[in-house]
Amino acid sequence: MSETLIVPAALEENWSPGDGPVINDLTIHVATVNGSGSQSSNSVLMRSIFQMGVPVSGKNMFPSNIAGLPTWFTIRANKDGWIARKKEVDILVCMNAQTVKEDVEALTAGSICIYDAPLNCRVMRSDLLFYEVPFAKLAMELTTDPRLRKLLANMLYVGIVAELIGIDRQEIVTALNKQFKGKKKAVDLNVQAIDKGMEHTRTALEGQQRFRIERMHKTEGKIIIDGNAAAAIGSVFGGVQVVTWYPITPSSSLVESMIDYLKEYRVDENGKATFAVVQAEDELAAVGMVLGAGWAGARSMTSTSGPGISLMAEFVGLGYFAEIPGVIWDIQRVGPSTGLPTRTSQGDVLEVFTLSHGDTQHIVLIPSSVSECFDFAIEALDLAEMFQTPVFVLSDLDLGMNNWMSDPFKYPEKEFRRGKIMTAEKLTELGGKWGRYLDVDGDGIPYRTVPGTAHLDAAYFTRGSGHDAYARYSERPEDYKATVDRLARKNETARKFVPKPAIERVEGARIGLVAYGTTDFALQESRHQLKKEKNIDTSYLRLRALPFTSELKAFVAEHEHVYVVEQNRDGQMGDLIRLEVGSDQSKIRKILHYSGLPCDARFITNAVLTMEEVASSPSGPGKSPAPEVSSSRVPMQGPPPLGFKGDGQD
Amino acid sequence: MADSTIKSTTEVPKENRLGLKALDYGGGKSTLCAGCGHDAVTNQIIRAFYEMSVKAENVAKFSGIGCSSKTPAYFLSRSHGFNSVHGRMPSVATGAILANHKLIGIGISGDGDTASIGLGQFMHMVRRNIPIIYIIENNGVYGLTKGQFSATADEGSKLKSGVVNDLPPMDLCALAVELGCGFVARGFAGDPKQMVNILKASIAHSGTAVIDVISPCVTFNNHEGSTKGYTYSKEHQELLHQIGFVPSYEQIEVDYEPGTVREVTMHDGSTVLLRKLEEDYDPTNTIQAISRLHEATQAGQMLTGLIFLTPEKKSFTELLNVVDQPLYSLTADVTKPSREALDAIMQELM
Ligand SMILES: Cc1ncc(C[n+]2csc(CCOP(=O)(O)OP(=O)(O)O)c2C)c(N)n1
Ligand code: SF4
Ligand SMILES: [Mg+2]
Repeated sequence: MSETLIVPAALEENWSPGDGPVINDLTIHVATVNGSGSQSSNSVLMRSIFQMGVPVSGKNMFPSNIAGLPTWFTIRANKDGWIARKKEVDILVCMNAQTVKEDVEALTAGSICIYDAPLNCRVMRSDLLFYEVPFAKLAMELTTDPRLRKLLANMLYVGIVAELIGIDRQEIVTALNKQFKGKKKAVDLNVQAIDKGMEHTRTALEGQQRFRIERMHKTEGKIIIDGNAAAAIGSVFGGVQVVTWYPITPSSSLVESMIDYLKEYRVDENGKATFAVVQAEDELAAVGMVLGAGWAGARSMTSTSGPGISLMAEFVGLGYFAEIPGVIWDIQRVGPSTGLPTRTSQGDVLEVFTLSHGDTQHIVLIPSSVSECFDFAIEALDLAEMFQTPVFVLSDLDLGMNNWMSDPFKYPEKEFRRGKIMTAEKLTELGGKWGRYLDVDGDGIPYRTVPGTAHLDAAYFTRGSGHDAYARYSERPEDYKATVDRLARKNETARKFVPKPAIERVEGARIGLVAYGTTDFALQESRHQLKKEKNIDTSYLRLRALPFTSELKAFVAEHEHVYVVEQNRDGQMGDLIRLEVGSDQSKIRKILHYSGLPCDARFITNAVLTMEEVASSPSGPGKSPAPEVSSSRVPMQGPPPLGFKGDGQD
Repeated sequence: MADSTIKSTTEVPKENRLGLKALDYGGGKSTLCAGCGHDAVTNQIIRAFYEMSVKAENVAKFSGIGCSSKTPAYFLSRSHGFNSVHGRMPSVATGAILANHKLIGIGISGDGDTASIGLGQFMHMVRRNIPIIYIIENNGVYGLTKGQFSATADEGSKLKSGVVNDLPPMDLCALAVELGCGFVARGFAGDPKQMVNILKASIAHSGTAVIDVISPCVTFNNHEGSTKGYTYSKEHQELLHQIGFVPSYEQIEVDYEPGTVREVTMHDGSTVLLRKLEEDYDPTNTIQAISRLHEATQAGQMLTGLIFLTPEKKSFTELLNVVDQPLYSLTADVTKPSREALDAIMQELM
């Protein structure tokens, strides 16, 4: 039986000049070589559109390589704020001989292709609007330095695109100043390149009328930031005290940018640090240090990606069983193994939720925007201390490393919640009578002392082996059961404290959609498409944490079909949801995008439509030939569930 | 063999300077085999902390996994203890000490725990100079998993079953010296006097103190043909010098001929005395330390004493330039930047 449905390509509306220009709705795709300095050009281009007041996003698709391999950058500007990945490219900037063929072939008819003259794209297709540019020659006129020439060639295309679609020169100059932090020499040289590109466009190229950027006011007061930097700022304002890390893409920039912020905002008047950062020897050590610090009472965290999470498994079980706080960020990339280290994924859901051997279950926060990266950084530090356990934050490459528009982050008003700490004074009140693992409050969360507490009865012995309520070594069956049952109680309590899902209910909607993390952007746009194009109402529940809160079950119960959209092969969250909802599990259908590229709205829309059709046709699920997720991979009770997997074009 | 210590004339009082008895430094009852070297080391730890009048509430005990790693439960029950995972105690200790650099850290490991699964973390802890006393209770085998060879087993040494070890031993002291450790010593569970002096000196040290203690496993490695049993070790122990320790609050009251004793002043003002035996050994000379260790291995000697000592090296917490107050205890007024700070950052990003 086929596991993948072939969806008919969406109908492209053809455009003719009589239709007038498409304003503030376009996708620019830049194909260059890694290490050629195109990063700054692309940032400047994106930023100048942002300054024009048009909602915009930028996605870097880069290779696992320092220099030489192909890299792409996609900018999507959209007046309605739809800034998820869109597959259809409107303007291609073609600078890379290695990929020119596939880049040009992938374009839809009528798109614009700006290309470096020697690539001679013009002969490849007849249905595109071509702009041939002698980049080398133009760059030569700017400088004789061969290294600079390469960089300036990239700035030239910014000028050309700007002129073609109507971005103000002044906005580019402002963006350049921001990019080069006001360094006059660099700014001046790049402005020359911009001017040259603009001038060349005016004098040597024919204009175009199809795509225009016009000033609007939808980005006023907004910031642009990547998720890792947002997480870094959140951690700094969340009072993090010990930070450890081991470099890995796409996580490294989280701690790297945090170091800058810490140095700026967390050094006291005597020049002394109120934090410690350690670049550990590996992720085992990184998480070991986090737990050591958490045990000794500090707010501690580390950041990594899949391979690092795998290494941390043993320690995380210790943290869970011995009840030690610590925060672990997982900026997901594509696995298994080294996988696609520079591509995005949501493939670590099950791994982090139950990381380590034995019965383990962790609190996992799942931000889907940069502002949630900021908020959850603080929330995670709080929850780790409140629950005395490792807490994960599940971000991904798309969120962590790409630039996103956002409202400015709100100052965290809430006081830090440091959890149940037994101080020397409290011990004196209690006459020294306490038990490290006693469930005094009935919520599964015991009290702890920190080393150095000045009381003779403060000390206890922490171990990953069996222990009783007084932290004494024990192999007695009843002690072990009492411990793990209490931990289960603690997990139950966590359901009431983790961030609740964000729910948008639409009256009368039969279809429920569930997503989390970065899938949100595509999903929101897909809902809009479903409504606009097919008048299909959908409700939407965006998960923000594990364990699930009670809202999920209710949401599934309310809907006929619930599509769980995620970016992994097996539908990991879908499986967890099926377990959670019990008898409603046959309602759950999976839509799975796992090519390494961010999910796009059209993919979801097509998948929903196809499955709705199949489900309502006489040969619906349970009969054949129904699309489904292979039951050997997803052992399930009940009728085979519907599924939609993959993306042929990616 | 000469005595391993310089006799002190001051008597050990019944109570220490905190008014505590040796018993106050005890721990739970040991569950190790009767006669296990590790218990002997435990006893000297109790004695050293007692005699040094250390406040046990300020001590944090760490260990990995193994018979040796169980021992923190058997001493200093007034101190917090953390029996972590196999081989990765150094990272846990590092984190704890970063959180609270006022803690006096002591880590107990085994030769399996340190020289095999934990070698990487051990080396990085030493390289960073984390302030901790790191003791390897070295018996040449994995005691807890019933007697397999460890990476410190001597070439040619024999298991009870007759299996012979063909691989060269790893010398953790030489490794520590190589990595720039400021305090490297080797002791022997069967020589408690030397051990307690080494331990006291390690308490006075402010960076990583690595102490490799030959600590026989009476159950799996104490037979004919083993090279880390009691009898073999006693016969092969070789002293680098006689060691004495004078705490900061006491006068040096030992008489010695000029030029026969080296005095090293420790971080806390106490003094380590090293009396020359046959050779003039300079414990601040890296090259001499490493070559002397190699000679010993070649000659089949079990070289003990304070192998390397440079108390002035900066510890990791000093390098990080953290505030004096332990990091963990800082409150939001210090660790949460102001509203204006966030505004400034947001402005930057607009
Ligand atoms: C990850 C892991 N692998 C293996 C073990 C099993 N194990 C427990 S103790 C030990 C060796 C301990 O040897 P050593 O450190 O020399 O301590 P000793 O018992 O000799 O004092 C091993 C391999 C474990 N606990 N964890
Ligand atoms: S097995 Fe060996 S190391 Fe373990 S307790 Fe017994 S004697 Fe000591
Ligand atoms: Mg051993």
